[in-house]
Amino acid sequence: MLAWTIYISFLGALVLMLPGVPPRAARGIALLAAIAGFAVTVSGLLRTANGAMATIVHRSWIPSLGIEYHLAADGISLLLVLLTGIVAIAGVLFSWNIDHRSKEFFALYLALIGGVYGVFLSADVFLLFVFYEIAIIPKYFLIAIWGSTRREYAAMKLALYSLVGSAMVLIVLIAAYVIAGAKTMSLLALSQFQFPVHFQMWAFPLMFVGFGILAGLWPFHTWAPTGHVAAPTAASMLLAGVVMKLGAYGCLRVAMTLFPRGLDPWGFTVLGLASWNDVFSLLAVIGIVYGAMVALVQQDFKFVVGYSSVSHMGFVLLGLMTLNRIGLNGAVLQMFSHGVLAALLFAVVGRMVYDRTHTRELAALSKMHLSKAIPFAAVTFVLAAIASIGMPGFSGFVAELQVLIGAWSAFPICVVGAGIGIAISVAYAWRAMQKAFFSDTGLKDTAPLLPPISMPERFGALTLVIASLAVGLYPQWLLNLVIPALNSPLFDGLRKGHW
Amino acid sequence: MLTVSYSALLHLLLPEVMVTVTALLVLAADLLISRTAQPRLRFTTGAVISCIGCMGTIVQILRAPQQANVFDGTLVIGPQTQLIQIALLILTILIVVLSMGSSFTSHVGEYFAVTLFATAGMMLLVSSENVLLIFLSLELLSLSLYVLAALNKRSSHSAEAALKYFLFGGTSAAFLLFGLSLLYGLSNSTNLVQIAHAIKNPPLNPLLAVAIVMIVLGFGFKVAAVPFHFWAPDVYEAAPASSAALISSSAKVAGFVIFYQVMVIGFAGAEGGADWRSSTPGWVPVVAVVAALSMVLGNLVAITQTSVRRLLAYSAIAHGGYILLALVAHTEQSFDALLYYAITYALTLIGAFGVVSIVEQGGGEKLSDFAGLSRRAPVLSACMLVFMLSLGGIPPLAGFFGKFFLFASTLSAGQHRLGLLWLVVLAVAMSTVSLYYYLQVLKRIYIAEPPSEGRRIQVPIVNQIVLCAIALGILLLGCAPNLLLRWL
Repeated sequence: MLAWTIYISFLGALVLMLPGVPPRAARGIALLAAIAGFAVTVSGLLRTANGAMATIVHRSWIPSLGIEYHLAADGISLLLVLLTGIVAIAGVLFSWNIDHRSKEFFALYLALIGGVYGVFLSADVFLLFVFYEIAIIPKYFLIAIWGSTRREYAAMKLALYSLVGSAMVLIVLIAAYVIAGAKTMSLLALSQFQFPVHFQMWAFPLMFVGFGILAGLWPFHTWAPTGHVAAPTAASMLLAGVVMKLGAYGCLRVAMTLFPRGLDPWGFTVLGLASWNDVFSLLAVIGIVYGAMVALVQQDFKFVVGYSSVSHMGFVLLGLMTLNRIGLNGAVLQMFSHGVLAALLFAVVGRMVYDRTHTRELAALSKMHLSKAIPFAAVTFVLAAIASIGMPGFSGFVAELQVLIGAWSAFPICVVGAGIGIAISVAYAWRAMQKAFFSDTGLKDTAPLLPPISMPERFGALTLVIASLAVGLYPQWLLNLVIPALNSPLFDGLRKGHW
Repeated sequence: MLTVSYSALLHLLLPEVMVTVTALLVLAADLLISRTAQPRLRFTTGAVISCIGCMGTIVQILRAPQQANVFDGTLVIGPQTQLIQIALLILTILIVVLSMGSSFTSHVGEYFAVTLFATAGMMLLVSSENVLLIFLSLELLSLSLYVLAALNKRSSHSAEAALKYFLFGGTSAAFLLFGLSLLYGLSNSTNLVQIAHAIKNPPLNPLLAVAIVMIVLGFGFKVAAVPFHFWAPDVYEAAPASSAALISSSAKVAGFVIFYQVMVIGFAGAEGGADWRSSTPGWVPVVAVVAALSMVLGNLVAITQTSVRRLLAYSAIAHGGYILLALVAHTEQSFDALLYYAITYALTLIGAFGVVSIVEQGGGEKLSDFAGLSRRAPVLSACMLVFMLSLGGIPPLAGFFGKFFLFASTLSAGQHRLGLLWLVVLAVAMSTVSLYYYLQVLKRIYIAEPPSEGRRIQVPIVNQIVLCAIALGILLLGCAPNLLLRWL
């Protein structure tokens, strides 16, 4: 049943590519496909009793190589599929005003969504990699054709970073497949195979970085801000909201389950670091602080949000590296939370503000009286901003709090860094909010006449705010999905009886 | 099995005979409908007759599967060779059909006849284990290709490229023959199996080393591997599109298959190993170096090309490097991987040249001539998208699975566990590089604005159907590789 999320998206893309379909129907078809995917997800969610791994489709695919068409979902994948559904709907609503080559735009958009659903639902690593790669190409075209600031450069940069990452992943995948006897690509079977420790020691970092590039792992994050800024609104919503989660998901689902011993101590220390675990925790914390600090000094509104994504994704990676249950819970929740909030922030900046004012310079925006001209945008941005800096009641709080608690028991020193990062995030959110919406310097007497916020935008914003609030107020609902997933045999090697 | 009656031999060789007879029929038909008729009509007649002949041959092969080894391996026919022959025939049919609308030469009958002679040469080439017959069929193939490359007499570039091809090719044939004669001197036999048996002891004498180098050089030229690749860019750029398609597709398949057979069967026991930091002498390290050079040079030089044909040529060199990994691995699985990769690659290149040949009718084949193609010819552009992404190895297209299969089978081989990892890492890294220039082509097609005077391109309906069929085939083979794998 859940497999239909994938098929509907690709079918939608296919329909949009047919020559007979009128361009004006494109957005309707895309919205229909996105809603259908979301409905399928919800019905799948309602029918799962808990978050344990459940097979959806299991067919032999390439029998001579032991590769199977195996789709399965556990709590973590369900959560991320849900996130994809929500962001996909909101993304279509926020690109309601696309007129230029709209059929191609929505076809690529749906192809990207289909690939993302596929990654989250794959239980065969080969299949997962196939979907992972499928998602790269539409991103390139979405940015290069419909983007703004230096779009071709940003698109190529993003594509090359993604491709380098997936090349690293592919090398490790092939090596792991061969070492395990070249008989299976099943995630579960591979995770239970005891790979030699010296192999894990180089395979783990290679694969973690390979996936981590897409998750905005510092110092391989530079594609993210430029890509987000250049992308059209819907694409930056998907990029920050969902695609970066693909990387984090790959880190958790593939790299960490296949090579848990790769996190063990090396047996020596370099600069106080004794294992890959330490190295990646450090990189995550640097990402948190660095992203926040760079966001603080940006002049371009969208760059603020772009760098904040790097900072928030640092929390996901830090959560993964805590290797305890509460930290991993936090990481998964943060994926969901950041997915919703980043999408919302990009929607405000890209669609509500930029499409109306045609500038993203904070200095220019501060003269425009935006809180009067488009109060809805101002309110939405305030909500999104306070949610993402960790206001209790919203999703960001429960997620980051759990990451910090988890990190406290693993690396207390990292919590200090992360705490500084949160403090700076308050500062950059406040600065951007004040400059863009509530500035009172150099104001003209009257607010400029801007087109009012349209209905699709209101619906889209509402959807995302509700999603964030729901998680913030009742996180137990999601934790009920995540905890059984973390207790499944897939994570045996990682768990080692710790939780 | 030294005594075989002529009728039995004729029966075994019936597919090749049918192709040859078709070639003669095409020549005769072209003479009959007189040279004054419209070139359009002559091309159509020739293509139709050739297609019918090739299809008839395929039916004949399917109808009467053979299993034979006559005259001490002079003719070895089995399910696998027949599969390769069918693949070669299908590729020829596609090339012939795509050339239907063109008008690059007034020697229409000769064009189809020589194409079919080349096909017959390839079919013989893959079904022999005797170096003499291998050399003869290789020359039949090569001479046909020289003629095909020069067929556009109106273009001096075409003549120049063909002359270059011919001179280099002739020299490399001499090297190959020299290597083969050394082998004959060492083993007193022209049969590959017996050669392998004879050269086993002593393992690697200097004369054998010379023979290995000569033979790798000879075949390396035929498959355009670095450093024997210099002819490729010129020929790909200047030859008529359909000839270039033949040279880059089915001739490549046949060339790689026979390269594999000669090295693996003929030099069994003299393999050596190419493992990282523990290589042992033999032919494998030689091929490994050639493969590595081809992958690196082909991909890096392709980045700087501004002509799509030259870009395809350098990418072909790089793909040749990937395919050579199958020789380095030389396991049973790697031969399957070679076949899968070479066949799907050939399909893709036929498609790509099909698109190029249509685009260049409107001007040229520079990257800039592709600007905004997606608005001028949407279907054509979609096909090119599939071809380029498949060449770059993006799933779910055939190119991705080909690469995965090839790399996985390479990594499974090697004397030590993961001993060939260095080659696989290089190959994966280089195929990432290759995506950059394939994206450059797609960027022109989909992102750049069309030139102001650019109008919609009229694509002949036949070409459109064939190109779509090829694109669909690539997608299908990528989504369900088993369609091809289970026959290998």
